[in-house]
Amino acid sequence: MTAETVIGAVGKQAEFRTCQYTGLKVDVAAQTLIKANAVAAVVFLLIGGLLGLSVALTRWPAVHLLPAEWFYLALTGHGANVLLFWIIFFEIAVLYFASAVLLNCRIAAPKFAWLGFILMIVGALLTNYAVLQGDSSVMFTSYPPMQAAPNFYLGLILFAVGALIGCVIFFATLVIAKEERTYEGSVPLVTFGAITAAIIAVFTIASGAVILIPTWLWSLGLISNIDPLMYKLVWWAMGHSTQQINVSAHVSIWYLTAALLLGAKPLSEKVSRTAFFMYILFLQLASAHHLLAEPGLDSSWKIVNTSYMMYLAVLGSMVHGLTVPGAIEAAQRKNGYTKGVFEWLRKAPWGNPAFSGMFLSLVMFGFIGGISGVVLGTEQLNVLMHNTLYVPGHFHGTVVTGTTLAFMGGTYLVLPLIFQREIIWPKLAKLQPYLFGIGAAGISLFMMGAGTLGVPRRHWDITFSDAPIAFAHSAGAFLMMGLNGISAILAALGGAIYVIVVVGTVLFGKKIVGGHKLTFPLHSGGGAAVSHYGSEGAVKLPGTIILITIFFVSFVLYYFINWKYLSELWLFH
Amino acid sequence: MSTLEPVPSSERVPTMQRILDNTFLLLFLGVTIPTVLYILWGVMELVSIPLAK
Ligand code: HEM
Ligand SMILES: [Cu+2]
Repeated sequence: MTAETVIGAVGKQAEFRTCQYTGLKVDVAAQTLIKANAVAAVVFLLIGGLLGLSVALTRWPAVHLLPAEWFYLALTGHGANVLLFWIIFFEIAVLYFASAVLLNCRIAAPKFAWLGFILMIVGALLTNYAVLQGDSSVMFTSYPPMQAAPNFYLGLILFAVGALIGCVIFFATLVIAKEERTYEGSVPLVTFGAITAAIIAVFTIASGAVILIPTWLWSLGLISNIDPLMYKLVWWAMGHSTQQINVSAHVSIWYLTAALLLGAKPLSEKVSRTAFFMYILFLQLASAHHLLAEPGLDSSWKIVNTSYMMYLAVLGSMVHGLTVPGAIEAAQRKNGYTKGVFEWLRKAPWGNPAFSGMFLSLVMFGFIGGISGVVLGTEQLNVLMHNTLYVPGHFHGTVVTGTTLAFMGGTYLVLPLIFQREIIWPKLAKLQPYLFGIGAAGISLFMMGAGTLGVPRRHWDITFSDAPIAFAHSAGAFLMMGLNGISAILAALGGAIYVIVVVGTVLFGKKIVGGHKLTFPLHSGGGAAVSHYGSEGAVKLPGTIILITIFFVSFVLYYFINWKYLSELWLFH
Repeated sequence: MSTLEPVPSSERVPTMQRILDNTFLLLFLGVTIPTVLYILWGVMELVSIPLAK
């Protein structure tokens, strides 16, 4: 039985081209699908980013841009457009790239893949339409008994079905590649990372269906009641796991970028794959950290899911955090940058936005998103920050400085290699990851700062101007919100430049022809490194060791500082 | 391509690598573990909360 008979499509002779920079065989049907998904992603990032800016400007007390009703509408639209639509469209593009392109294979059932794409578009539009109508400002988590218009849930369901089709196409393409022997031995590491993402996606989408379909029926009046706690439990199996799809996908992009730009091979296939395997086994359990403050669930469930098991998954991330810079250092030393401890890093292609986007994502995901995530995921410490702005601060550190920045960096590879267009305005493109990175780091850190000072999340007016009992936050909290607003403007500017460069390149970029020299060149061994199984082996990496030591010291210090805060609450003097 | 030597096909592939190469086994594990430990166990906790009278 071939993969086509399984999913009921007719196998067709595919049309290929050979990439002049990587030597990879590219199925033209896969290429068109990657383009469509990438373009859709960018459009939704634009919408969601503008809404994010308006939210941040509202939370800046001196500006207080939107009225209350619009604030919650914009907040709902922001979450859905950036966290779901931008990221998942981009991930579907990553899945098609990591299967068809990296394995030199034709994509399974392209027509079916287009059906998935159309469902995702229709779903995303429908949800946006419901949000804009104003009766679905239930925010991203849509906890009952708050109820949105039926189209809000229906849109999400259609979008999820479309994304599930994308996963099926991905797995079917893997099967075809194996049957038709388009690669030798094991799949390359980047493809393995994509497999991790797709596996988590299947669990995510299934959980989403289990909870959103009844909720949709409830909004139609066909079901009388949705238990709020049951909703939260199952909803977070989706809501948290989506973030783990993101982590797997952006870690894959880190490896991909290091391979293509520097010729980097993984230090050890065994170690990196084991780290991804930890994600597959344990990462999704961490969903429970969203329910740490719920009285209805007992501590053993909480502790097993968020501590014992989840630390194994965190270990996976730490392994990647070591092996990605390690692979970069090893490759750069091979490329001749052997002087001292840090020549490899100083002489890295910092002017190439694909590299700077990737490296900034790596550093900030670890330092900002990672450390704060472990603190928040610790049951005892969670109570310090629960439902404060610290929470959005943390996850902007993961999904914005981590995932979004990695995807932006990856786009500067997709434009020349898949769209076959030369990047217009390279100077602006060079600046873009830095501008967006600084802004995004700012919103993450300042929201975390405000949260530490007690400012709640999802709150329209922290001056409590119409409250019967007066309450005032500290001046520090107001300062944090102002700095957050300024950072939001920087991030929005960086995001706008990204959209302009991408749209400009897709529409007006110079068509790349044979023999063209890329503005942002690849490593000559990049294509081979990214598409084959193989380890670099043991090498001396003094620079990486120093970087990792700095990370651990920061981590441990910050972790224990929070225990100290906690002890002060308990007044054990 | 010169730096990458293909593994000779006669060489035995280590067991762990064979497990990691088995995508559908991984898919099974990745769906089952969270379904049991997080969802089923969690749902059991919730349904055992006594109803208020
Ligand atoms: C220009 C860039 C961005 C700015 C200025 C921004 C700003 C904000 C602000 C101020 C909040 C509200 C926090 C609160 O009041 O509770 C927020 C919420 C949120 N943001 Fe962003 N953000 C940006 C980009 C992103 C991106 C790229 C993502 C995802 C990939 C994202 C995901 C979210 C989510 C999921 C929420 C929570 C929504 C909710 O509470 O329902 N943001 N953002
Ligand atoms: Cu989470």
